[in-house]
Amino acid sequence: MIYKVIAKPEFEKFIDALVKENLSFGPRQVDTDTKGQPIYQFKEVSSATDIAFDYTTTYSSAKHFLMPFRENLSHFSYTDGDWEQEITYEVKPIVLIGLRPCDISAINILDSVLLNGHFPSPYYLARRKNTFIIGMDHLPLPDCFCKSLNHHTVTSGFNLFCSDIGDSYYVSINSSKAYNYLKEFEVQDPTYDDDCKLIERRKLIKQSFKTDVEVTGLPSFLDIEFDSPIWTKWGDKCLNCGTCAMVCPTCYCYNMEDRPDVDLQGSSRQKQLYSCNLVDFAEVAGGHNFRPKNGDRLKYRYYHHYLGFAENANQPICVGCNRCGRACLADINPKDVINDLRMEKESCMICISESPDKT
Amino acid sequence: MHFRVPGQDINREPFADNVPDFHYQSSLMQTDKGYKCRITNIVPLTEQEKLFQLRILDPDERNLFRFRPGQFLMLQVPGYGEVPISISSSTSNNEQVELCIRKAGHVTNVLFEAQKGAHVAIRGPFGSSFPMEEMMDRNVILVAGGLGIAPLRAPLFWINDHRDRYKDVHMLYGTKEPSQMLFTYQFEEWEKINHIDLHTIVEQGTPDWNGRTGMITKLFSEIDIDPENTHAIVCGPPVMFKFVCNYLDKQGIPMNRMFVSLERRMHCGMGKCCRCMVGSTFTCVDGPVFDYWSVMNLKEAI
Repeated sequence: MIYKVIAKPEFEKFIDALVKENLSFGPRQVDTDTKGQPIYQFKEVSSATDIAFDYTTTYSSAKHFLMPFRENLSHFSYTDGDWEQEITYEVKPIVLIGLRPCDISAINILDSVLLNGHFPSPYYLARRKNTFIIGMDHLPLPDCFCKSLNHHTVTSGFNLFCSDIGDSYYVSINSSKAYNYLKEFEVQDPTYDDDCKLIERRKLIKQSFKTDVEVTGLPSFLDIEFDSPIWTKWGDKCLNCGTCAMVCPTCYCYNMEDRPDVDLQGSSRQKQLYSCNLVDFAEVAGGHNFRPKNGDRLKYRYYHHYLGFAENANQPICVGCNRCGRACLADINPKDVINDLRMEKESCMICISESPDKT
Repeated sequence: MHFRVPGQDINREPFADNVPDFHYQSSLMQTDKGYKCRITNIVPLTEQEKLFQLRILDPDERNLFRFRPGQFLMLQVPGYGEVPISISSSTSNNEQVELCIRKAGHVTNVLFEAQKGAHVAIRGPFGSSFPMEEMMDRNVILVAGGLGIAPLRAPLFWINDHRDRYKDVHMLYGTKEPSQMLFTYQFEEWEKINHIDLHTIVEQGTPDWNGRTGMITKLFSEIDIDPENTHAIVCGPPVMFKFVCNYLDKQGIPMNRMFVSLERRMHCGMGKCCRCMVGSTFTCVDGPVFDYWSVMNLKEAI
């Protein structure tokens, strides 16, 4: 990787030039919440002034640019009682600006699931290849816990990554395309001072985390605690709305649906992102539901996120952004659920053995 | 100054022109392209089930479509959707694919309206298969409950094709009512020509039913099991797995010699949609055929 330092006004000029030439998305304030705090989303931007560079975090993740909520996988056109299937992978190149390290880590995880599995997804690849990513670090929110999952820094998956070191950005350049673009602007090689500032910045970020979720040995906990009563406890709170999966940067489960064209001369096979908390997620034809209870479905989501699946070499897919916790209408968040699960094991309330003394 | 991110026209990559070969995993291909088929014959079996015979139109695609007993495919009905169906035909039949389908959801409902000659598409084959070679020179017990006979027909045809390589083959088949019994027209052939020891039972008999009534486990009293030399293949509703596999376990058949085929909701067949997850395993990629030991280790499998 090549490192450069660029002054903030110069960086804005660079972003402005890039944004004006391309279909670009960056963080913009869209609303304020009940406490008067701004709500940010990745929205289309047409100049650098549109972008809120100092944003906290977006409500939804950036995954929807690579996996749209609804995506046409193929189209059938009907002719004389027969049909023809057409598949295209044409996508418009896009620029994503201001992604946080956890967002980029999430994309890396999606890459490993969707591009390295048994059947790589050409749809995802087409979008991924045509996405230019500029990342930016930030100070964590009080409920961010990406440090616990080691996703507070990122070393790959972006074209350009900017660390804020006061008056300028310390830029990690990870692609020749990005390097060529930056050539046109005034950039310096990092000095010893800049390096120190970067290290200080990283330290500051690391020390600013207020939420810590203990994930050591979590896969084993989850495996043992499959029948734990805590799943019923949290499941009873769950409203099965699926919001957590919609805002999650790594949830990728989906549903398939055929939608007839308006003129009835064809139909599209559409992929639609889904949530494992929705009631019919595992319901088969004939009406049998393999996960009938709220707790079953909630547990399954935690299993997927912290135990991982075979497609992903059994790595946890949660990046610790806590978007699901923030969005949850029933106040369910990973920190509380996992801590509850661990408590249950570390000082069991029902079983006979006492907890070991704290040293 | 031009800072345009170039569009890499992915359609120009070679995979887009090729016929997808689902045997060749981890390669980039048109994963949602189906092989177009003509429905060559529709055999009504019961009120709820029909046997569909399909021929893949394109000869190259027909050659690509080779499967192993126990695998399944995704059946596409354009305009209505896609459903996972177990392959019910002989692996040596390269001309036609047979699918035994129950009218259960909205796609299968539409399929039941289809006439001979209609075009549908299939993707696949997907999933794991019964280890038929491993079972050679041994006894085999096939246990089917209800529609569970559909995926068992492929291993049974395999055994019939290689009958001299297998010792005693028992087939236990149970349904709720006599009218739900499938493939009754083949029973005589299986018994007389293929020397399959076939036992049938229904849960609720009708006045004209002369056979046995009761649960499928009742049939075990009629056969002798040599646990040292027997493999079992079980397919049916989840409740049946438990009773049958527990019984066979007590008889001393090791768990890794009992094979079951699981049913789950599926939307892709390729380990992507996650709808068919059991524990942390995909039914579509690592299954649908699992040995009973794996099933016991998978949470919430049965």
